[in-house]
Amino acid sequence: MRKRLLIGTLVVPALAACSAVGAAPPSPTAPTSTGAAGGAITLVTHDSFALSKGILEDFTQQTGYTVNVVQPGDAGTLVNQLVLTKDAPVGDVTFGIDNTFASRALDEKVVVPPSPALTAAAVKDGAQYRVPSDTAGALTPIDVGDVCVNVDHAWFTAHKLTEPASLDDLVKPAYKGLFVTESATTSSPGFAFLLATIAAKGDGWQAYWKALKANGVKIDDGWENAWNVDYTAGGGNGQFPIVLSYSSSPVDTVPKGGTSPTTGALLDTCFRQVEYAGVIAGAKNPAGAAAFVNFLLSDEVQADIPGSMYMYPVSSSVKVPTDWAQWAPLATQPLSVPAADIAAHRSDWLQQWSDVALG
Amino acid sequence: MPLVFLAVFFAWPVVAMVGRGFVSSGRLDLGAFSEVFSRARTWRIVWLTLAQASLGTVVSGLLGVPGAYLLYRCRFAGRGFLRAFVTVPFVLPTVVVGVAFRSLLAPGGLLAFLHLDGTFTAIVAALVFFNYGLVVRTVGGLWERLDPRAEQAARALGASPWRALGTVTLPALAPAIAGAASLTFLFCATAFGTVLVLGGLRFGTVETEIWIQTTQFLDLRAAAVLSVVQLVVVVGALLVAGRARSRNERALSLAAPVSSAHAPSLFPRRPSRLPRPRAGGAGPDDLRGLDRVAAAATALAITFLALPLVGLVVRSLRTPDGWGLANYAALSRPAGALPVSVWDATVTSLRVALDATVLSLVVGGLVALVVSRRPRAGAVRRLVAGLDAAFMLPLGVSAVTVGFGFLLVMDRPFGLDVDLRTSPLLVPVAQAVVAVPLVVRTVLPVLRAIDPRQRQVAATLGASPARVVSTVDGPVALRAIGLAAGLAFAASLGEFGATSFLARPDRPTLPVLVYRLIGRPGVETYGMALAASVVLALVTALVVAGFERVPRAAGTVI
Repeated sequence: MRKRLLIGTLVVPALAACSAVGAAPPSPTAPTSTGAAGGAITLVTHDSFALSKGILEDFTQQTGYTVNVVQPGDAGTLVNQLVLTKDAPVGDVTFGIDNTFASRALDEKVVVPPSPALTAAAVKDGAQYRVPSDTAGALTPIDVGDVCVNVDHAWFTAHKLTEPASLDDLVKPAYKGLFVTESATTSSPGFAFLLATIAAKGDGWQAYWKALKANGVKIDDGWENAWNVDYTAGGGNGQFPIVLSYSSSPVDTVPKGGTSPTTGALLDTCFRQVEYAGVIAGAKNPAGAAAFVNFLLSDEVQADIPGSMYMYPVSSSVKVPTDWAQWAPLATQPLSVPAADIAAHRSDWLQQWSDVALG
Repeated sequence: MPLVFLAVFFAWPVVAMVGRGFVSSGRLDLGAFSEVFSRARTWRIVWLTLAQASLGTVVSGLLGVPGAYLLYRCRFAGRGFLRAFVTVPFVLPTVVVGVAFRSLLAPGGLLAFLHLDGTFTAIVAALVFFNYGLVVRTVGGLWERLDPRAEQAARALGASPWRALGTVTLPALAPAIAGAASLTFLFCATAFGTVLVLGGLRFGTVETEIWIQTTQFLDLRAAAVLSVVQLVVVVGALLVAGRARSRNERALSLAAPVSSAHAPSLFPRRPSRLPRPRAGGAGPDDLRGLDRVAAAATALAITFLALPLVGLVVRSLRTPDGWGLANYAALSRPAGALPVSVWDATVTSLRVALDATVLSLVVGGLVALVVSRRPRAGAVRRLVAGLDAAFMLPLGVSAVTVGFGFLLVMDRPFGLDVDLRTSPLLVPVAQAVVAVPLVVRTVLPVLRAIDPRQRQVAATLGASPARVVSTVDGPVALRAIGLAAGLAFAASLGEFGATSFLARPDRPTLPVLVYRLIGRPGVETYGMALAASVVLALVTALVVAGFERVPRAAGTVI
């Protein structure tokens, strides 16, 4: 017994001695600007959140707030974590709730309108992407992107086959066994594509998926698996020249020394994703949270978004990179499903989709 | 102290999370049970979970026991390398291994002709890939110390090598084999990434279903019911394994590892340092046959482990400009918009894993010490057995349940004014919770094999309890602790589920960084993710090999 107590008392110093956690906290940038409010805020975001080095430090310079970042998982995990911890929120501000989860966040009242009100010029640029039911403005649109079917131009040229162009083409016998997509239950682009088919086919979407299934569609669990293993242009020995990805994906297939990408996105198959930021209800530092939402709409962050998060800025005052403008335009008429419908039917749709597609 | 640790960092969060599913508007509501059990899918996933975990365990055991013999009982060139090598798969991020496996099996891959892509067999194969090293090390730890004289005596009395193996050696090893099997079963039953990447949702398990219900549907009632189902499965498996262990656990005659080693006839020209036991009754040909079977099984297993790993290395060398080391060169820069370089993440990983290893050795060592004693009173004995099982549970419960439970209870725990939920302290703690059962399972069979009379003699001669521990248990346990430390370190290095939930994004561990890289579009980032995985594999192999050496050196001093 005595021995155990003795060892017990030894643990703590031993831990501190060799510890990473005992080391200095990650150099919080010292607030230098005068008259700034100061203090720390905690950003709760999904695991794809990234900004170029130095940008969060600039925020600290400008406002005096230091930023802690918490990334619990994908967008779904993020929203559900916010809902679960509603009574004792983990952070002050959130980024990464998208239009497929927006209604759940709004219904559960986990976000509140920023106060003081936003001053960034890009607020009005983003207004077109607001959730219609969100009249108070609890969710602020930050960036947008399209989930689209992509095709490998090089493969179709080599096989002297006309490329598909629409959702209807994908069920034609000519494209049998050529399309790889992602599961709607485990992948957010996969779910976006399910919504695209629901938007395009209405009540006939299950029949469409039956036809896709009959035409040999391959369903992977996630994007990395589909792109890196199965897509012919993904760098592996893939056998599928048609893949579900993003409208920005072709930019990554410009060969070294080449001038144009070897793949393209089918702009008639795109589902529009919008990502929002919001102040978390019950935030300890609501003013700092509002300042951070403002900052996400600044030219500095907006211009960084394509390179670091592969999305398009909502702001009209920043230019997207030239290769994006040339090779990765957004769809002019994206498919969409109202956020309220998604919230109301998500479970049913996923259940029905699982029955039809995974069977 | 270990119990408090377990209660605070495991039981409390799980109970809070499951409770959340059963209590609706202040009343206990168990209606979810009948609802969930009336779905045909529920029964199918329970069946699939049991099937793949059992198959994975059996195959790992069948391949792993001969492997333990060859790598811990025989001496040959390259043994140290192979010992470290078999541990590598254990730490690799599941998503990376999943993609590497699929690259082999998918149409266009090297093994496409097997038509295994997306099949149940592929999932079981991947589970074996991850757990083979676990079996080898847990069983090898005891086998290495087993006194060869009992076997030699059996042989001298005319038993064939196979008979001696079946009647003397394997029964003596049963506690370690049962321990390894229960660990493997728990890891297989809660496998998540492997199942999803290789099988999609067709082969969903209780674990994947809990994840989907919690993070995608926020259906906490269904998740709570499934968590209970998972707990029942896990406790059932532990009971079976516990019974198998206790039936066979007894004092064994242990020897120093060196004296028991002999060179396998696989390399017949290499002279062994000790004379091969030449027993009457069975000729050397039979002995060679036994060695050959072990060597063949191990060669098969090593080839099987090597294939995806080689595929991984090859693809990490492929760059947009052809073959080269560009992916590795890129590791020293902060990757894309990621906050740190891979080298920084490696340092973070090592430091956190070191903390977790120390913590798990202390907690696990204490648990093993307590459990290794055989109290006379039946009630106390059952209590001790219960303690043993309790520390295995964390491996069998969904990381999602624990993770979300953490968020519910760690906000101002015990009324203290600290929000533990975002504290970096929790990362090594979470990793230690996973590593403790590994430590217990490795150290315990060795401690239990010590003849209690040895301790009694020491006590009679006037040694204090502490001195008994330090002079009787200590020297024997030291070598096992070296093995356990290697396993614990590997488990901590590779831990992803809880770590990704808790790690600070500005200080990601290596697996978390790999995961972030692999999810980003672009040929280059994928190449970097693979290169980083290769770094993780190398670091693991080095550290594990190091842990094997340290106690041996210390052992000679004692």
